[in-house]
Amino acid sequence: MKQSIKNFKKYRFLLSELVIKDIKLKYRRSYLGILWTLLEPFLTMIVLYLVFSKLKDNNDRTFPVYILTGRLLYTFFANSSKAAMKSIRTHGQMIKKVYVPKYIYPLSSILSQFITFLISLIVLVVVAVYLKIEPTIYMFEAIIPLFILLVMVLGTGLILATLAVFFRDMEYLWGVILMLVMYCSAIFYYPSLVTEGGHGWILTYNPLYAVILNFRNAVLHGIPLDMNALIYSSLFSVVTLIAGIWMFYKNQDKFILNI
Amino acid sequence: MGKVVIKVDHVGVRFLMGSEKVDNLKEFVIKKIKRNIKYKEFWALKDVSFTVEQGDRVGILGLNGAGKSTLLKVIAGVLKATEGSFSTKGRVVPLLELGAGFDLQYTGAENIFLYGAMLGYSREFIKDKYNEIVEFSELGDFINVPVKNYSSGMKSRLGFSIATVVDPEILILDEVFAVGDAKFRKKSEKKIKSMFKKGVTVLFVSHNIEQVKNICNKAILLEKGTLIAKGEVDEVCELYEEKIR
Repeated sequence: MKQSIKNFKKYRFLLSELVIKDIKLKYRRSYLGILWTLLEPFLTMIVLYLVFSKLKDNNDRTFPVYILTGRLLYTFFANSSKAAMKSIRTHGQMIKKVYVPKYIYPLSSILSQFITFLISLIVLVVVAVYLKIEPTIYMFEAIIPLFILLVMVLGTGLILATLAVFFRDMEYLWGVILMLVMYCSAIFYYPSLVTEGGHGWILTYNPLYAVILNFRNAVLHGIPLDMNALIYSSLFSVVTLIAGIWMFYKNQDKFILNI
Repeated sequence: MGKVVIKVDHVGVRFLMGSEKVDNLKEFVIKKIKRNIKYKEFWALKDVSFTVEQGDRVGILGLNGAGKSTLLKVIAGVLKATEGSFSTKGRVVPLLELGAGFDLQYTGAENIFLYGAMLGYSREFIKDKYNEIVEFSELGDFINVPVKNYSSGMKSRLGFSIATVVDPEILILDEVFAVGDAKFRKKSEKKIKSMFKKGVTVLFVSHNIEQVKNICNKAILLEKGTLIAKGEVDEVCELYEEKIR
């Protein structure tokens, strides 16, 4: 344990270098640069809003914020888990040549996605102010679901990174699973749509929805966090993280033989 | 007797080779159900033991597939030995395939920091040595150009300059004297020779016996993963020459 902390300190600079590299390269060659981080969720929000409010005759003024909260959190989960999954393979050349603690690679790709995600929250603030959503004291609780989400992504990312080394088709499989998760997370429809049909369990047992629900409670509805969702999602995250670390450490010496 | 800096103790490396490579989930599940995943064992290194003392320059000889690169990978810490143990004292700098860690989208300057970080240097250290690295690499204004536009010679020059900016205790050389053009090759040889004078320990892999004799004072000979000779460079080279004949 002491050894790994010492090792982490030694490679902290590498971690920050890799995070900066990811962000820098992502926006280097585009005209609008970092603005894309803001524009992209804003534009998809408009599309989703037009489709799901006009078509279904929804008159809720705050519906764009409802969509945006779900969509931002889901996108972060999807992008960072995908990036972590690919990280070992994309850095394969380096892994073969220079010794570096291998968890640095999935960790750095998740952290860079997290920073992009935090920047994209600016859109949420702007839209919320424009639609005159009353800020409440509960807003500060938003940090709790976000932290839980980060832990969940770290665990999922480590598991996926390990699996993807041995099974190349994980990428496609995970893409399909992510689509399923998207439709089960009440991003652009109200939860009543599924609960009324008697399928409430889809949302109850979806840890990502539990996070989205609490984030909306804090930011949009201005009410306390849902305790059941909070406990369920934090338990799920911690278990995933432990499983991820265990799986990664158990298999990391075999990575080099498979990349 | 000098201080022992590398100790390799009964090291073995085993590879499991599937008779067919199963690298996706679909095939894995199908084969698992049909129960026909077969692995063949292959020992790239078996029961290799030797020690290296400080200041020794050890040539590693052997035909293709003898396990030379596998041994270097174990010592560089990239590959984990299946059995046995090894220990090194001091900073190991591997000069293997220079510039393999570069990001092609990044400029040379940015890559100095990235590659340096990968070798475990601190930000302050690289800042200090930045000018020295750029100067030694002779890249001039190209340092601000993305590495994808570099020639392979420029890439290895930059890699060499970054890796050798510290004085390592243990240097691993894998036929890297083929860096850049004749002029730069001379310069890099000079740099490495100057490290020899400071008492660096060297592991050197080459097929060129003259070069090995020129650089090394000790040598080991590998054959099919086992160590068949170790000792003074001339004796081992003689044995190796007999093997080739």
